[in-house]
Amino acid sequence: MAARLLWSLAFVFAAVAPLFMSGYHLYQFAQVLIYAIALLGLNLLTGFNGQLSLGHGAFFALGGYGAAILIVKLGLPYWAAIPIAGAACFVAGFLFGFPALHFGGLYLALATFALAVATPQMLAYKRLDFLTGGSQGVQVPKPGPLFGLPMTVDQSVFWLCLAVAVVLFVIAGNLIRGRVGRAIVAIRDHPIAAESMGVDAALYKTVCFGISALYAGIAGGLDAVAVGFVSPESFGLALSLAFLVGIVIGGLASIPGVLFGAVFIEFVPNWADQLTVYFGENAKALPGAVYGLMMIAMMAVAPMGIAGLLRSLARARVFRKLERWSGARLLAAPPRLNED
Amino acid sequence: MTELLHQLASGLALGGVYAITALALVMIFQATQLVNFAQGEMAMFSTYLAWAMLQNGWSYWTAFATAVVLSFVGGVAVERLVVRPFAHAPILASVIVFIGLSFIFNALAGFFFGYSVQSFDTPFDGRPWFGNKFMSAHESGSVLVSLIVLALVYLFFRFTPLGLAMRAAAQNPTSARLVGVRVGWMLALGWGLAAAIGAVAGMMAAPIVYLDPNMMGGILLYAFAGAVLGGIDNPWGAVVGGFTVGVAENLLGAYVVGEEVKLSVALVIIIGVLVAKPSGLFGRRIVARV
Repeated sequence: MAARLLWSLAFVFAAVAPLFMSGYHLYQFAQVLIYAIALLGLNLLTGFNGQLSLGHGAFFALGGYGAAILIVKLGLPYWAAIPIAGAACFVAGFLFGFPALHFGGLYLALATFALAVATPQMLAYKRLDFLTGGSQGVQVPKPGPLFGLPMTVDQSVFWLCLAVAVVLFVIAGNLIRGRVGRAIVAIRDHPIAAESMGVDAALYKTVCFGISALYAGIAGGLDAVAVGFVSPESFGLALSLAFLVGIVIGGLASIPGVLFGAVFIEFVPNWADQLTVYFGENAKALPGAVYGLMMIAMMAVAPMGIAGLLRSLARARVFRKLERWSGARLLAAPPRLNED
Repeated sequence: MTELLHQLASGLALGGVYAITALALVMIFQATQLVNFAQGEMAMFSTYLAWAMLQNGWSYWTAFATAVVLSFVGGVAVERLVVRPFAHAPILASVIVFIGLSFIFNALAGFFFGYSVQSFDTPFDGRPWFGNKFMSAHESGSVLVSLIVLALVYLFFRFTPLGLAMRAAAQNPTSARLVGVRVGWMLALGWGLAAAIGAVAGMMAAPIVYLDPNMMGGILLYAFAGAVLGGIDNPWGAVVGGFTVGVAENLLGAYVVGEEVKLSVALVIIIGVLVAKPSGLFGRRIVARV
């Protein structure tokens, strides 16, 4: 009950924020929402289903390029282009999920790593220049005001992202709480037991890959619209690894956690940029250093990320008192990470 | 024909680099069943150390040897301080730690040495060896160095008591411990050796691909492809795979897919091998007991 109240409050706050915030800040928070959607997709796959992907930037890129091409070359409106691009990503993820079935943890990491490294080159492939614009990329027109109401471009981008994010979060939440969610978590924790209980592991794993790619693709499509262009360099290994950083910091197998992760990967590079004053050009190294240290530190002290820390806080005595006093459960029970 | 031989030769030169990088990966895999995703960035950092010494006017081979020794020490330290605490963690956690390590080495190199691309000296300059037309002096030297590294690794593991102890620790830690092998230290030594081999690979690659903090990304990917192709638990397979990938990448890049999408060759090799023959050409098939 209390959790739902918190969520609603956060949503209302986010919904009215564009009325008070400056254009640039709005753009940054739209990016946070976009990253949150992509991280949610990755977390469904890696956190909940236990399939490690180091290459989700590729699906993000496919969604971005797909939406950009549909908008620019076919003249589709963005509200049609983004779902179509997302659907294409579902198919791509589903197909990639098939060979991935045979890979097992480490090999899947290798294959997706290869996918992430090869993506920028494939996007710049010369024979596809007429579609992708080669290394120049594609310019995407910014969306007009939603429903013809008076608003700035930044406001309409933000509200668009917020609306899509809310829908996708609700869907993911329902998916995880229901039968499907129990099945994919069971496959992560004990594949053999899950299969002997009648869970079709191959089907669930491939579909999970597809849904995960769908989320990443929709995020990519939103990103293309929000940024105003797509180009091969923005979809390299760095992006894929940033997604991994995001779910590790936010919390593996946590849905609200991805919001913390998204804030982290959006703002840490920004803050590092401001340190250029003290450290000169080489301050570019700082986000990487923070990412690396945080990843190792998180694995050592908080393998379930910020969401996990909050949950252990919930188990602290003060919090329990608060719960008893208010008569409400403030935070959900902790899920478990595969330990074998 | 000359052009083809030329492509073949430069494929062999980089293939040597892939082969020894793949060998370093396999060494760690055999002992821990894990692939070190930070191998490339560690090698890149070692290469920067050598570069800094060369900038200070050290002679090439002094800088080379010092960089290899420092990398060995660094590799041991990384194993003891960072990798050891996660020895019993799930695969996911280990991979995340390795990625974290690669972020850190990348950032260290960028912070101390900058992000601009540097040229890197080669000890093998001058005219091509034996007056051949296909291979530059550096390419020949690079193949030679790779072969020397392979021979040394082979001799070490085959003929020294320490090498035997390390193999024992990797194959059967429990029994090795019972006969008095200090398994933990053998692992740390393995990491040191892998880091030292990586340093050699980096220094041989840098004159070809130029030195910058992201130089090893592609090389590591080809080394992965080589290791997977040869069978990730087989050192000889990794070496054969590394050379094969080097040649295949160069020939396909020049004649089939085009230079600018060469990295996809590695992707196709990795996925193709994993689908068709997951144990690779020479690897052992793993049978899991249910």
